[in-house]
Amino acid sequence: MEFPILSWIVFLPLAGAFLVGGWSRREPSTLKGIALIFSTATFVLGVILCTSFRPDVAAMQFSENIEWIPTFGIGYRLGVDGISLWMVLLTVFLTPLAILSSWREIQHRIKEFYIAMLVLESAMLGVFVALDMFLFYVFWEVMLIPMALLIGIWGGERRVYAAVKFFLYTMAGSVLMLVALLVMVYLNYKATGALTFDYFTLNRLGLAGDVQWWLFGAFFLAFAIKVPMFPFHTWLPDAHVEAPTSGSVILAGVLLKMGTYGFIRFAIPFFPLAARDFTPFIVVLSVIGILYGALMAFVQEDIKRLVAYSSVSHLGFVMLGLFAVNVQGIEGGILQMVNHGLSTGALFLLVGILYERRHTRLMAQYGGLAKVIPAYSVIFLIITFSSIGLPGLNGFIGEFTLLMGSFRVHRWATAWAALGIILGAVYMLWMVQRVVFGELTQDENRSLPDLNPREWVVLVPIVLFVFWIGLAPKPFLQKMEASVMQVLKENASKAARTASLRNGSWSVDSTREPTHVARNSQR
Amino acid sequence: MLPEIPSVNLTAVLPLVWLCLGAIAVLMVDVFMKDARGWVEGLGLVILAGTAASAIAIWDTPQRVFNGMFSSDRVTQAFTLIFVLGTALTWLLSYNYTAREGIARGEYYALLLFAAGGMVIMAGGTNLVTIFLGLEVMSIASYVLAGLLKTRLASSEASMKYFLMGAFASGFLLYGIALIYGSTGSLDHAILSERLADQSGAADWLLLVGIGLLVVGFGFKVAAVPFHMWAPDVYEGAPTSVTGFMAAAVKAAGFAALFRVFAGPLAALHVDWGGILWVVAVLTMTLGNVAAITQRNIKRMLAYSSIAHAGYLLVALIALNETGSGGLLFYLFQYTLSTVGAFGVIIALGAMNRDGRESLELSEYDGLGFRHPVLGFILALFMFSLAGLPPTAGFMGKVYIFSAAVQAGYTWLVIIAVLNSVAAVTYYLGVVVHLYMREPEGAVAGDAKMEAGPGAAVLRVGVLTAAGLLIAGWGTLQLGIFPSQALALARWAAAGGF
Repeated sequence: MEFPILSWIVFLPLAGAFLVGGWSRREPSTLKGIALIFSTATFVLGVILCTSFRPDVAAMQFSENIEWIPTFGIGYRLGVDGISLWMVLLTVFLTPLAILSSWREIQHRIKEFYIAMLVLESAMLGVFVALDMFLFYVFWEVMLIPMALLIGIWGGERRVYAAVKFFLYTMAGSVLMLVALLVMVYLNYKATGALTFDYFTLNRLGLAGDVQWWLFGAFFLAFAIKVPMFPFHTWLPDAHVEAPTSGSVILAGVLLKMGTYGFIRFAIPFFPLAARDFTPFIVVLSVIGILYGALMAFVQEDIKRLVAYSSVSHLGFVMLGLFAVNVQGIEGGILQMVNHGLSTGALFLLVGILYERRHTRLMAQYGGLAKVIPAYSVIFLIITFSSIGLPGLNGFIGEFTLLMGSFRVHRWATAWAALGIILGAVYMLWMVQRVVFGELTQDENRSLPDLNPREWVVLVPIVLFVFWIGLAPKPFLQKMEASVMQVLKENASKAARTASLRNGSWSVDSTREPTHVARNSQR
Repeated sequence: MLPEIPSVNLTAVLPLVWLCLGAIAVLMVDVFMKDARGWVEGLGLVILAGTAASAIAIWDTPQRVFNGMFSSDRVTQAFTLIFVLGTALTWLLSYNYTAREGIARGEYYALLLFAAGGMVIMAGGTNLVTIFLGLEVMSIASYVLAGLLKTRLASSEASMKYFLMGAFASGFLLYGIALIYGSTGSLDHAILSERLADQSGAADWLLLVGIGLLVVGFGFKVAAVPFHMWAPDVYEGAPTSVTGFMAAAVKAAGFAALFRVFAGPLAALHVDWGGILWVVAVLTMTLGNVAAITQRNIKRMLAYSSIAHAGYLLVALIALNETGSGGLLFYLFQYTLSTVGAFGVIIALGAMNRDGRESLELSEYDGLGFRHPVLGFILALFMFSLAGLPPTAGFMGKVYIFSAAVQAGYTWLVIIAVLNSVAAVTYYLGVVVHLYMREPEGAVAGDAKMEAGPGAAVLRVGVLTAAGLLIAGWGTLQLGIFPSQALALARWAAAGGF
């Protein structure tokens, strides 16, 4: 039997959580060490996964398929392709950094904190590699509990409100997805006589337009709340502002990507017709989100709130790219998901570093930091440029590619979205100007210490990737190419196949057998 | 002519024999032994183990006995196991609790066993009169159980209220049975099935009124809206262990009877009663959840939560397919674990308080997850399970029931149910918020410090109580992560009813 690398990646953090749970709470530095070692080991496994990933294969790789609950046709099915690979890597990359960044911030209930972090990492990874709809849903929901605890226990003033709001919003969306899933499973059961939650089997089920419409609506709600798309975004600023730094990094860096990932992995392939019908609506909401997020960011006094609203804007771009449903749009969208994870994650880290020193996040309290803490300011500037898409840095490649894809289908929307880029540059640079440059007005800022070694270790890897993706994006795009092409091909054929179906009916694609056997022999 | 003496086959009712003889034995031991403490409890556990073992032993030989009055089939045995689970967990939690609260032990345990016996009769009854008989045996025992805290007014009030309302409900039920007899001329399920088979959609009004009265009678026992009024007061006033028993086992028995009647002879009239139960289910879920949100007392909150769960269970009954039957069994099993478990945590926390008073206000749970990490974690686990979040058994149960309803085409009902479960998260998560996200106000007075280590904590809570909580917690996780055998078993059992 081959080495089940995906299972190891998913469950290694959980094993770490158990170890932390069993360790004495009187040794906080050991607890931190265990958490860091386990998340770093997971990252190493992720690197191995990436290097042994074959970019020329469109199908799932490293797949595992074990029966879990045979009564309901539920299996423990895992696999990665060129799309989920990047989400997995983003997760295993950001989590150790988030853990390291919490070294000083988290002073009480250290043990519980690292348990929550590690459980959260396991659940997030599970979401990205699950190829069984039931398994996916389990991970999707499990992830809520540690995240809500992170916000609610170690958060700021209004943490309970933010945690409960986050939980309820996400839950409200996802339960309807569960119903849609069950409906799909039973339609498939009616059509084929097989009760299964297998992703590929369900994906072969072509549904008539009206059924697709309803089911897509349910999936849309679940994912749109997660992204978050305007007008479902109201939980986000609260959650971000109240969460501890490490929680914000994970929330912005990984959790939001679950929504966009859900669209490209499930909602669009499952229901191509409905996705097409919904596109104008989604595009309009995305553009509103881009502009609204930018304008809201513009007026914030709190840096963290500003970054939170900038996420709404950035994720609008990603949605725009994905719903172009062409190669550039989707590839750009996926790359932009990674980029946003890196740059927004880094911004939250930077804000956290300031907050640890001054205990305020108000921009008015800063200014002229470049003279006091130059190294910090340089990194701050680089990350800001990455976020606004300066050529040569990662943000530019992602945004440019996805706008190119989007422009081919939605000209006007893309034009408006481009306005969002300008606004983005304005509010980000204005923030930089108010925080880093200008006169040193506050006396407390005169003696701020610059980055310490730990903070260097946290920030430098991100800066490296910012340049790497910006200067040599080819290997990144190349690894997703085959899978994206495959998604597009299947999408077109499924749309054509289901377009002529009578309302309420379905057809099963019998030309393609379930791909588990084929996939296992491919390597 | 000599009267025909029916052949009595006692092996078919062996679990019932265990329970009833056991109850008598417990009474005897309590009366004739000088210091019965420990003996009564040990004997009871043997009796429950024997009941479970005999239920499993005969579950492959289905037969109808006592002239068709009682059916000893897989459904009966599966329900028996659920009742045994509920009783056994209650039993474990009671050892220290009865001593602390000064509850007379002999009566208490004997009544628990008699109630369980009544439940088995309800689950196996294939004649409306048998079911009524079982219901009364169970009810009378539980009326008394609710009032066992004789020194407390709330307990007596609970008992009185439960008795008055229960007597009323029994009257309704009996009247319904009479009307059904009047309309069809029989009380036997097999004969009823035959006579009702061709009546679908054209049942006469006498029969319909009879069915409606059955819904009232059983609805009272399972605390379905609008027959739920008694539940919060009774649950709050009754001894905590008894509350857990009523919320889990008594409710399960009500559903066993509902299942016997509505999925049995009345299945043919599904078009007639499906709509009524649809409305009752929606009302039950919604009112239970909405009312629970506003509660500040944890026992009342759990009371409303158990009302809401009756609504979800009704969904399984409405679906009326094999998946639904299996779902009903599985849901009741896991619901028993987390409900009795949750009340068990309240009991255990009571033992932790220095004055021995139970913490009932939610604000008393502030920061408790850090003061008592294990108890806090287990309570959070039960809350997540009741809320239906993975990876707990409650999630599997909900998925099972909802997929049955989707399969039967009740998509809107499922949508209402899942939205309800979002509303339910508000108050279940509320408990977790109290446990982990709030700091207790001021110094926590009267709280035993846990610095002596886990061993001392277990002794303080009581070994049996701790064991009960661990079993319930372990089961909740086990059935949530590796449920496949239990699910297959539930499905297999549900397919084996007469």
